[in-house]
Amino acid sequence: MTRSAPAIVVAGERLEALPSGAAWWPAEHTLIVADLHFEKGSSYARRGALVPPHDTLATLAALEADVAATAAARIVSLGDAFHDAEGPQRMEATARARLAALQAGRDWLWIDGNHDAGVAVDIGGRRAAETAIGPLTFRHEPKPRPEREILGEIAGHLHPAARVRVAAGSVRRHCFAGDGRRLILPAYGAFAGGLDVASRAFAGLFDRDALIVHLLGEGRVHAFPARAILGLSPDGTARRPTSR
Amino acid sequence: MTETIADSPPPDLLPARFAAWFAGRGWCLRDHQRALVEAGAAGRSVLLVAPTGAGKTLAGFLPSLIALAEPKSAGRLQADGRGLARRGVHTLYVSPLKALAVDVARNLETPIAEMGLPITVETRTGDTSAHKRRRQKIAPPDILMTTPEQVALLLSSREAPTLFGSLETVIFDELHSLVTSKRGDLLALDLARLRRLAPGLRAVGLSATVADPGELAAWLAPQTVGEPRREAARVTAPPGASPQIDILPGEARIPWAGHLARHAIPAVLAAIEGAKTAIVFVNTRAQAELVFQDLWAANEKGLRIALHHGSLDVAQRRRVEAAMAAGGGPHGLDAVVATSTLDLGIDWGDVDLVIHVGAPKGASRLAQRIGRANHRLDEPSRALLVPANRFEVLECRAALEATAAGAQDTPPIRAGALDVLAQHVLGMAVAAPFFADDLYAEVTSALPYARLDRATFDRVVDYVATGGYALRVYERYAKIRRTKDGSWRVSNPQVAQTWRLNVGTIVEMPMLKVRLVDDRKGRIPRYGGRILGEMEEYFFETLTAGDTFLFGGEVLRFVALRENEALVARARGRDPRIPSYWGGKFPLSTHLAARVRAMLADRGSWGGLPEQVRDWLELQAEHSRLPQAGELMIETFPRGERFHMIAYAFEGRLAHQTLGMLLTRRMERAGLRPLGFVANDYCLGVWAATDLGAAFRRRPDLLADLFDEDMLGDDLEAWLDESALLKRTFRNCAIIAGLVERRHPGQEKSGRQTTIATDLVWDVLRSHEPDHILIRATREDAAAGLLDIRRLADMLARIRDRLRHVPLDRISPLAVPIMLEIGREAVPGSAEEALLGEAAEALIAEATR
Repeated sequence: MTRSAPAIVVAGERLEALPSGAAWWPAEHTLIVADLHFEKGSSYARRGALVPPHDTLATLAALEADVAATAAARIVSLGDAFHDAEGPQRMEATARARLAALQAGRDWLWIDGNHDAGVAVDIGGRRAAETAIGPLTFRHEPKPRPEREILGEIAGHLHPAARVRVAAGSVRRHCFAGDGRRLILPAYGAFAGGLDVASRAFAGLFDRDALIVHLLGEGRVHAFPARAILGLSPDGTARRPTSR
Repeated sequence: MTETIADSPPPDLLPARFAAWFAGRGWCLRDHQRALVEAGAAGRSVLLVAPTGAGKTLAGFLPSLIALAEPKSAGRLQADGRGLARRGVHTLYVSPLKALAVDVARNLETPIAEMGLPITVETRTGDTSAHKRRRQKIAPPDILMTTPEQVALLLSSREAPTLFGSLETVIFDELHSLVTSKRGDLLALDLARLRRLAPGLRAVGLSATVADPGELAAWLAPQTVGEPRREAARVTAPPGASPQIDILPGEARIPWAGHLARHAIPAVLAAIEGAKTAIVFVNTRAQAELVFQDLWAANEKGLRIALHHGSLDVAQRRRVEAAMAAGGGPHGLDAVVATSTLDLGIDWGDVDLVIHVGAPKGASRLAQRIGRANHRLDEPSRALLVPANRFEVLECRAALEATAAGAQDTPPIRAGALDVLAQHVLGMAVAAPFFADDLYAEVTSALPYARLDRATFDRVVDYVATGGYALRVYERYAKIRRTKDGSWRVSNPQVAQTWRLNVGTIVEMPMLKVRLVDDRKGRIPRYGGRILGEMEEYFFETLTAGDTFLFGGEVLRFVALRENEALVARARGRDPRIPSYWGGKFPLSTHLAARVRAMLADRGSWGGLPEQVRDWLELQAEHSRLPQAGELMIETFPRGERFHMIAYAFEGRLAHQTLGMLLTRRMERAGLRPLGFVANDYCLGVWAATDLGAAFRRRPDLLADLFDEDMLGDDLEAWLDESALLKRTFRNCAIIAGLVERRHPGQEKSGRQTTIATDLVWDVLRSHEPDHILIRATREDAAAGLLDIRRLADMLARIRDRLRHVPLDRISPLAVPIMLEIGREAVPGSAEEALLGEAAEALIAEATR
């Protein structure tokens, strides 16, 4: 059922789904990532759960690899780049330096998300609530209006993941979810969880017949049609509440 | 607590009212009860090993009852003598089950009331009201009956020194079942703390028969680093009457594989009919469901048969237990099909037969289960073993012989887990500021931690404080901090509160409630419907609407998930589409495996086996060979387009799975192109695209290279690094060690993400801090549990130079069972069972052609 690393077409534009969870738009030399959630570990530590502090470095390392592999001229971060508004202040000096090095010589665009809209310090690059490049619109939260009114939206926020049945049981992975009109990127951050595309939060966002999910695998992505997704009801409405 | 023959006690040992009470009941003090009274008078710790029905619990409490009955103990003062004289707890009783604690407390009321003793007894469990708990801390009872988790909570409270400062005795019931788990590790640490609060404390252990009682006796005694192991005194009660065990005669055709014992259902029903009340023990929940369903399908006489397993709704389980207590009477039961949920617990007087369906797995485990029938010492317990396949016939025979010989195969006590230690260290900081030197000395006085080195202890303290990361960025968020005087104290009250909510070592899988709804009108009702119980979330994640499965004895159809509930409806028909997971938790014990192996090698021992099993072994001898003691026999044969290798290792499923993982890696490297493997308790089957038999013949050293012990070095490391298996173990360790919080009921509803998924944490931790203390805890945990590394290592050492390759041109009779397990995961209902039967016939015909 899986195909090897395919292109995703949104509003006629051809994007590539990378196994890291980033999308590469060759025509515009643009790398798109969603929900980096930098400093999520330290955000939890602040509240008493001393989870490892390395998530920022792990996420940066993945980003550095993608930038090096694509030689991207532009980076678009689709929001929630920081887990909370104080994230940049908690970022260690080495991590800041690595981020600055990545930004140097590139057009770097931060779309604001619900987690990081309150960031009040300079984090390099440009910031915007949403932006359009060619036929594509980049925003954090997908618009809830009927899907036929949407064309060319690239969004994040929902952290899509899907479970599909395989020969021995089932497999759940983070995934890209798109129907040709809209594409929702998986969360890129090392500590960012996934939310089932079968859950209520995705209800009405996609044309079920056209929905294809690309599950992140080792060194490649795997495409599945909607009917292969466990738990997705026939009309495409969701059945699960939010649980990431 | 029944009559027995023993000479009268010396008058000074038993006070007059006790002697009169015993006499009034027509009882005499038994030897082991006397020994415990003497140990109590001398202030000695003691381990009592006694069979069921020996009056074990009374023996444990007698010294405390006697001490508390004497007037001089009534006015015990607080050590600090502050204010009004308050009494702390005199005797603490710890049971693995809260139901058992409640039941024993009730039983204790009888002698106290009848002798008119001025003694207060109270229970404290998770069900105890907040009001009563508060009151217990201020005005504690003389005897407090509780569970390990409550002990940990009490020890973390400010009142712990007053509550336990005058503690004289702590009694651990069913000690054998506690000590081999993480719960036992935590309890051992709590015992060490109790001793520190009450230096003269006496520990009393009550245990069933175990393989190494010396170990249990040492668990009860305080240890000192660098000194020889100390042990509590030991008292062993004489064994009761030998149990009367039968193996279901093999008149019906015994299947080649599977665990259902469908062939034996009529005989099981007949046995139930002949008993007052029977417990039908099985190994897994799925097996319980299917056996229960099969029994009812054939239950023409309308016998009252119930089901009891850990996933059923608590109220439902309590109803079954109440009916059990009513025995075979008008409101009672004729039989209950049960999993290990009934292995321990309160006594049901009318149970007079234990039927064990499937593999016994271990001699001690079987003896414990058989002991659930008949709690009278002088009458034999009756048991019927029902093997579900041919290997299980051998295993049942081996278990029967082991029981007759009184052999025990309980597992040894492992080194204490580091995640448990981390939980305890924080708990001790919650109780009061501590000095690392003192706590280290205290912790190492507990047997499981007696060999803990100081460096590891310090790393655990460091982990508790700031997470123990090489990147020292969490100093400002530390949970505990070192103060000027050098003591460690909790940073803020929130830390203590979180610790209390997460105490304990039992980590549940994420569960969903199973709610029965009526969706016949084509829509799902918004509310209502009965809760049937709960099941693991991952089970439902693999289902799509319309899939059917067995639960609570009926076939259910999966409808939808809603919030933290799985909505289901009644399904027509009796054949569920989705099979359930078969693997039991316990692998075949080393002891039983050795007996099975010896039996196979010795034709003289086949006399007691059913004819069809004898024939099977004879066929094996004729067409291949019988595995001999001390060797590892490996058969190779082609079948279809594949080439198979069967290794008869007899080391249990877990060790075989690990062997399969490692062996296939090595075969891959050797160019043998392995395609897959399957493991059961007796052997490992590997299939490949290369002719394995020819390869082994061509290169005589190849087999020895493949099975070399060095596979437990780099290959194991490499595999662990990429294995998803450890993620599950890590989740448990992370929760117990307080890295992430437990998921509490109700949190799902809020929809808020409260924890980071532990598999994400594992990935980051493994790649950035491979030496982290929790990585080590996870590996040690997996090595001892899921991977069974020790057993595999022992086997590889034993069979070095003793590999026996048997090249065959077709499948052997002994290989048929494992070959049938290939792809068995997907075998539901009876139609498939029939298909399987056909497949089995075809395979055996092929083997004997």
